[in-house]
Amino acid sequence: MSGFAIRAEGLCKKFRLGEKERYLALRDTLTRAAGAPFRALSRLASGQPLIHRIEREEFWALTDVSFEIAPGQVVGLIGRNGAGKSTLLKILSRIMEPTTGRALLRGRAGSLLEVGTGFHPELTGRENVYLNGAILGMKRREVRRKFDEIVAFAEVEQFIDTPVKQYSTGMYMRLAFSVAAQLEPEILLVDEVLAVGDSSFQKKCIGRMDEVGREGRTVVFVSHSMTAITRLCPRAILLDRGRVIADGPAAEVTAAYLRSDLGTMAHRTWPDPATAPGDRAVRLRSVSVIAEDGIPSATVDIRRPVTLEMSYDVLLRGYIPAPNFRLYNEEGVCVFITFDTDPEWRRRTKPVGRYVSRVTIPGNFLSEGTLIVDAAISTMDPATVHALERDAVAFQVIDSTDGDSTRGDYGGTVPGIVRPLLPWQTVEIDESFPTAG
Amino acid sequence: MAKEHISHGDVHEIAPTQGLRLVDPTELWRWRELFVALIARDIAVRYKQTAIGIAWVVLQPLAMVAVFTFLLGKLGNVPTGGLPYPLFAFAAMVPWQVFSRALVEGSMSLASHRALVTKVYFPRILMPAAAVFGGAVDFAITLVILLGMMMWFGFAPGWPILLMPVLLLLALLTSLGVALWLSALNVLYRDVQFVLPFLAQIWLFLTPVLYPASVIPEKWRLLYAMNPMVTVTESFRWAALGGAAAPEPLMLAVSTVTVVVVLLTGIAYFRHVERQMADRI
Repeated sequence: MSGFAIRAEGLCKKFRLGEKERYLALRDTLTRAAGAPFRALSRLASGQPLIHRIEREEFWALTDVSFEIAPGQVVGLIGRNGAGKSTLLKILSRIMEPTTGRALLRGRAGSLLEVGTGFHPELTGRENVYLNGAILGMKRREVRRKFDEIVAFAEVEQFIDTPVKQYSTGMYMRLAFSVAAQLEPEILLVDEVLAVGDSSFQKKCIGRMDEVGREGRTVVFVSHSMTAITRLCPRAILLDRGRVIADGPAAEVTAAYLRSDLGTMAHRTWPDPATAPGDRAVRLRSVSVIAEDGIPSATVDIRRPVTLEMSYDVLLRGYIPAPNFRLYNEEGVCVFITFDTDPEWRRRTKPVGRYVSRVTIPGNFLSEGTLIVDAAISTMDPATVHALERDAVAFQVIDSTDGDSTRGDYGGTVPGIVRPLLPWQTVEIDESFPTAG
Repeated sequence: MAKEHISHGDVHEIAPTQGLRLVDPTELWRWRELFVALIARDIAVRYKQTAIGIAWVVLQPLAMVAVFTFLLGKLGNVPTGGLPYPLFAFAAMVPWQVFSRALVEGSMSLASHRALVTKVYFPRILMPAAAVFGGAVDFAITLVILLGMMMWFGFAPGWPILLMPVLLLLALLTSLGVALWLSALNVLYRDVQFVLPFLAQIWLFLTPVLYPASVIPEKWRLLYAMNPMVTVTESFRWAALGGAAAPEPLMLAVSTVTVVVVLLTGIAYFRHVERQMADRI
């Protein structure tokens, strides 16, 4: 046993589907148990075997994940939504137990999966700092010693004795991050906390993370932001469907990730209806990103419309399935969600059969960069998600340099999660305005 | 054998756990400050939100006693052993109130703090425990009201009043035991929370708060004492007001055994469910 801070040996984690989203009612379990003898009798009577395996869908969030991280190393963990990054962090933080395998951690570990966990709106900033500190495993003495530093970093000095329900979102997030930033464990596990706050505070957070890394602490950092990963982490681990598929220098791994996953995913099909996303009522069969010329395309000109299309099978009568897409940018921010509101099929049950639904997003609306699309089919009443494919497809929006898009002639970074081209009007209103001289 | 969190020097192992687990004292000791902080939060929130926070603690038992004083005045006599009925009922209402509140809040503690369970690690058992023991503050307030009523009716407390802390502890341990069971069950089966108010109601009628234990026939007494709150409320009334109904050692023993059994099985079940709490909640 030499020189490691974290060693994962064949970590696996299994979820039973359905249990996570939908909770069981004790009532159901009891009625099922009460009915069991009768079902057994009827099985015997009809000659079926008594023992019947309950078919439950299982889902392996992690499969045989192994790696070793040396003390003082800062490692980025990347992968698509649902690749198992958060599950892995939760296991290393001891929030969840692995199903099999084990991990060894040398030294005190602290985790930061969400800032402000346990903050109570009715309590003052001061009270919340102490409470949150205790939740993160800090000693009261430790928090008291660093109190002034925490408050100064968060820039909330005047409001520290005001209930946090009166804080602006920015103040709230700053205070929450500041408490967490004082954690001084030997191993720090961080999940996407930088996706909060305004950009100047984000810079401050990244600066702080950078400091933590240089202090010689071991850091595992999950992020959707490739910029943050390459900036902070010399090494990155890429997870896909619960497996480690790349592990090496961050620049190489992030480049491979962007090439493999996001670049070529304009079209997905599920040829086998049994394994296609969905349930007994509805199954997804394909999802595509289609450019104006009608051809699936992973890159789209920012000025041109783009069509998202899904085909699906309706397998049972009596449902009003509403297809919907959810678009995320590469920071993981949901840009928008869109449902099928076509009056033709609204509030109408769809007969059994195959359908194609498409929606066109106008040009000059999306921001440039990678857009990741979740495809889902839901019913509204009762609200049920019948099929959901996270990161079903992705595409790249390329801005124009011709000066006829929103950026105009500006060559720098354009902020904002959308980039609509809006009509501006300017008129001169006072012709008698005194001119100089 | 419990196999969790084996330390080789400074190395912690994270691996699937198996078998029966009870509490891990060193781990709990490490997190003692969180326990205090959670209790402090509950108290601060409860008494900050409104003045009604305190008023509620007082009004609820007073209203209940007032209604029953009126009803029983119309319906017939309760053998209170010569005690004025409002005082008789309120004296038992003091520990009952603490118990039932601790029971409900303890049982709801995990489900109402999902973010804590899914985003940070700490021994989960601290949550129902903090919710239960945080309720003890209500006790101080209702006790003051009780002492006021005793002065009004001309009762001076005697030495048995010193037993009150022990009885309070017994009440809290009872609710902790049940809350461990119910909070864990509530993670797996969310309809447990709908059963809670009903359970508290039924339990009140199975406890000699509004009537004396002496109305239960002698031969059923030991069975009756399996409800630890029988011993708690009767003894508490005796500790405050004196009178004939001094606690019987046998009933005390039966109640204590029940508390120990509920508590131990509660811990074992809670620790069993703890493994999958973050997956299922």
